[in-house]
Amino acid sequence: MTVTRNQAIILALMLSLSLAGCAATRVNTQAEVPPMHSISEVRDQRFADVADPWEGFNRSMYRFNFYFDKYLFLPVVNSYEFVTPTFLQERISNFYNNIREVRNITNSLFQLKGTESVTTLGRFVTNSTLGLGGLFDPATSFSLERHDEDFGKTLGYWGAASGPYLVLPVFGPSSVRDTGGLAVDTAIRYGIYAGIDPFGNTGNSFAISAGITTLDAIDTRHQQSFRYYDSGYPFEYYMVRFFYHEKREIESGKPLPAK
Amino acid sequence: MKRLRMLFIACLVLSPVQSLATDDGYGYPIVGSYEATILGTPANLMPKYPAKMRTRQLVLDVIPDLQRPPIFFYDDGLRCTFAYQEKKAPLVFLIAGAGSSDRAPKILTMMKALYQAGFHVITLPSPSHANFIISASQSRVPGDLADDAADLYRVMEAAWKEVEGDIEVSSFHLCGYSLGASQAAFVAKLDEERRVFNFRKVLMINPPVSLYGSVTRIEEMLKQIPGGPKKQGIFFNKMLSKFSQFYRYGNFVAINDDFLYAMYTENIFTNEETGGLIGLTFRINLAGMIFSSDVMTNSGYVVPKNRVLSPTDSLYDYFLVSTHLSFYDYFNEYFYPYFQKRRPGLTKEALIESESLRSIEGYLKSSAKFGVMANENDFILTSAELDYLRQLFGERIKIYPRGGHLGNLEYKENLAYMVDFFK
Repeated sequence: MTVTRNQAIILALMLSLSLAGCAATRVNTQAEVPPMHSISEVRDQRFADVADPWEGFNRSMYRFNFYFDKYLFLPVVNSYEFVTPTFLQERISNFYNNIREVRNITNSLFQLKGTESVTTLGRFVTNSTLGLGGLFDPATSFSLERHDEDFGKTLGYWGAASGPYLVLPVFGPSSVRDTGGLAVDTAIRYGIYAGIDPFGNTGNSFAISAGITTLDAIDTRHQQSFRYYDSGYPFEYYMVRFFYHEKREIESGKPLPAK
Repeated sequence: MKRLRMLFIACLVLSPVQSLATDDGYGYPIVGSYEATILGTPANLMPKYPAKMRTRQLVLDVIPDLQRPPIFFYDDGLRCTFAYQEKKAPLVFLIAGAGSSDRAPKILTMMKALYQAGFHVITLPSPSHANFIISASQSRVPGDLADDAADLYRVMEAAWKEVEGDIEVSSFHLCGYSLGASQAAFVAKLDEERRVFNFRKVLMINPPVSLYGSVTRIEEMLKQIPGGPKKQGIFFNKMLSKFSQFYRYGNFVAINDDFLYAMYTENIFTNEETGGLIGLTFRINLAGMIFSSDVMTNSGYVVPKNRVLSPTDSLYDYFLVSTHLSFYDYFNEYFYPYFQKRRPGLTKEALIESESLRSIEGYLKSSAKFGVMANENDFILTSAELDYLRQLFGERIKIYPRGGHLGNLEYKENLAYMVDFFK
């Protein structure tokens, strides 16, 4: 999922608007009274805790994403789901998932994971040929399992700590390390794309790639069931933060030698 | 991936204990009460449902002119999910279990099963869920069966008003699971006076007999962890490291169902630990309820009285404080004083007694519209309570040999029984 320059400008505008909202003054007319139970009585380890020094910023961003989803992203995704037959939606998802295998291959190679790289390459070749350019996924039925990898995981695999938690606009939960990883993956992808330049001689190269990128973003959101504040649980932010962080930590960790 | 999953399920079904247990003709495979509760039903033992359904989300304005605190800015009304047929059909209201929303996985599975069998369905969040406390509760103090039933009834009326122009309904039914089952009984009783719906049939799935008693059993599970519930943070972190160690030693693709089943088959957690995890999950849920209620009533229980929290304020300390409160703390310091103020002379014993099916047993015994589904090894019931249910409902109760608490709810045989009940 990438952002073109125009989108970036709109985004920056919306961000500044949403942040301006946080500065609204708090109305508090009555004096506060200490509660019956407070943190001083808890004598226990903190749990479901993740380094989050920028929590105020992150919470603003979390809220921004909620509004971005509500007023722009999800209506677009919903219209897409409404007008596109399910069969076609599945083909589109498969197509993009196949393109994303390039990221999986490069990163399994970066992590020197031999078997996994071969499996993923096998998937890519099978689905690109037998799967008609990635529209179908015969590789899975040949027991070639999908291994999701990205540069954030590669960094983690080679021992880089995740750094503080970070909620990115539109992309959502991340960390300092994973944000760097996202930048690298995007750069690699564009490098490959510029090298091949598949629409170079159509004369409409820009319009076509903008269309492909937009559909990519829509498909990505279409494949994610997560909705901000949807659980209704008042501590949802911490649950999301914890599960994101822990899943990344566990899945990017180097496998330990068998006992 | 599918093949791996099949392998794990094969391990489950083929291990010697399992084959003994399956001799009783009931195919739900997970024997342990705690394990069943956590793992639920393996995907291949759930029925398949069509992906497309006619559904709509209802966002109801139940309490007019409600002012919501800034921290709950995202809450825009009570959320219900509505699935509808294009022809005349019976409508089933489903009430979610403790702390669950109208779109909890279990309630959605029930909705799909009923929808496929030709029913209209409306799912309702539990009165203990934050959305309900904020947008639909009159008292904003959840846990009283009579009050919660009155709130639920108001919500059902509002939901019905919203959809009655769009569908044709032949009759009304009611169903709830866990805490929602007890609430269904009280809603049905209220309906005998109000007569808006005239529920034809009411199904209670895994109901507690006494709320206080059942919660006591869950709290007991947390007492077994080293250092007791006040040290749940240490316990949580220890379990987490066990979990990630297991992942790292095994050769897993991702944290998915296969991984969770592998944990089960390899007995990574002891029985006490599994119970502790259920207790801790309960506490994390309860914390959301306590915090929401406290903010809405401005009682100064965990949040300073008169403090207005902004959407970007950190809530982590409130999270820690609330998760370290037991149900007894909530009951003795918050719930009981609230009702004592409203009903002078009310004793704790009387309040506990009123939060129980026993308080309406005459009605439950005499009304033919009720049905109950329960499990022999449901840990929220003592064997005396299970006997009590047997005696109270006689032929109207179906008791399964296993499934823990709600573990077998999505098992195909159970869903088929549920659908048949309303036919």
